[in-house]
Amino acid sequence: MMHMADVVRAVAEHRGDALVIPGRSGRHWAQISETAFDLPLGDPAMGGHAGFALGVALAQPNRRVVLFDSEGDLLMSLGMLATIAEQAPANFYHFVLDNEVYATTGGQPVPNAKHVAYDLIARGAGYPRAFAFTEQYAFNRELPGIMRAPGPVFVAAKVYPEIENEPIGKRVRWRKRTADKVVADLRGALLTSPA
Amino acid sequence: MNDAQAAALSPETVLRQMKQNGVTDIVWLPDSETNWLYLLMQTDPDLRLVGVTREGHACSIAAGLFAGGRKPMMLIQNTGMMESGDSIRGWLIGLQVPVVLMVGYRGYTRHGVNADTAATYTERFLMAFNISFYLVEGDADADRISVAFAEAEKTQRPVVVLVGDEYHGFNR
Repeated sequence: MMHMADVVRAVAEHRGDALVIPGRSGRHWAQISETAFDLPLGDPAMGGHAGFALGVALAQPNRRVVLFDSEGDLLMSLGMLATIAEQAPANFYHFVLDNEVYATTGGQPVPNAKHVAYDLIARGAGYPRAFAFTEQYAFNRELPGIMRAPGPVFVAAKVYPEIENEPIGKRVRWRKRTADKVVADLRGALLTSPA
Repeated sequence: MNDAQAAALSPETVLRQMKQNGVTDIVWLPDSETNWLYLLMQTDPDLRLVGVTREGHACSIAAGLFAGGRKPMMLIQNTGMMESGDSIRGWLIGLQVPVVLMVGYRGYTRHGVNADTAATYTERFLMAFNISFYLVEGDADADRISVAFAEAEKTQRPVVVLVGDEYHGFNR
C-alpha cells in the first residue's frame, strides 16, 4: 500500500507541462500546484473524471494529460475504458488510486474490493499498456519509463484509504476555485499559451 | 419520394447545420431515430466521432472537449438522456458547457398519444432540469438547430434538439 500524497508527488516530478486532472487526489495536488493547467474539479458527478480527461486529451493532443482517477469512479464507468482505448490518445496517462473503499462516504468497501484487477480490465478493454503497483519503491522505479512512453497508459496504484466521516458541511474545504472557474481558466490559458 | 420522405429531416441538412455552427466533435451512442445521420457523419473527415457505451459518459467527454477548446455536440436517445440526469447536472450545467444535445425522441407520435413512456417523460425531464429544447421533425424545422446553438452559447448551458423523426419511420 502507498500513501496517496506520495503517489501524486512522485508523478508531479515527471509532469512537465502536462494538464493535470487531480480527481480524488485534489486536496493533495492543491498543495503541489494550482495553476490554470491544474483542473481540480471536485466531484461534478461520480464516474466522469475519465471521460472529462479523455475530452481534454483529444482537444489538446500536443500536451500530456494526467488523470488521478479512483476505483470507485472507474467501477461506475467501466465502459469508458473501451471508449478511451478506441480513441487511443497518445498523450493520456490514466492513474487509478485504488483505496478499496468509498472513502468520502465513510469507508464502505467497493464491490469485490480486494479482488478486482483493474490493470487487467484496462488491458482487456484495449489499453496497450497497463500496470499495477502496491509498493512505492516499485512505483517510483517504473514511473519515469511510464511517463516517457506514449499513452494511453493505465496505472493502478493501491493506496491507503483516507476516510472522511465528518458531515459534509463540517469538512475542511481545500478547493480554491469553483469547477466552472477551473474550466474557464484553462480555456483562457490555452488561448494565450497554445501548445 | 412520398410525402413523408419529402417532409423528413435529411442527414445532409443536419450535417450542414453542424458545419455552420462550427462543430468539431460528435460524442454519440447509436439510436434508432438518428442512425441515418451516423452513416453520413462517418464519411466526413472533419468530424471526430467519439463513441460511448453509456450516454452519461458523453456529458463528461463533451465537457472535457469544451474545456480543451473544442466545440462538441452530443447525439443520444431520450432513454439515455433520462438515465444521464446526474451527469447532465454535474458535467454540463455545473461546468457551464454550452453544448447542443441532439436527442432521438423515441416514441414521439406528434399528437401526444404515446404508447411508449420514453416519449411520455422526455419533455417533463427537460423541464425539470430547466433545459431549453427545440423540436425538429423535418427539413423545414432545421433552422431550430442553429437557434439551439445560439442559445447554448448565449446562456453557457446545454440546449436540446429533440429529433421527432420516428414519426417518419426508422432508418428510411
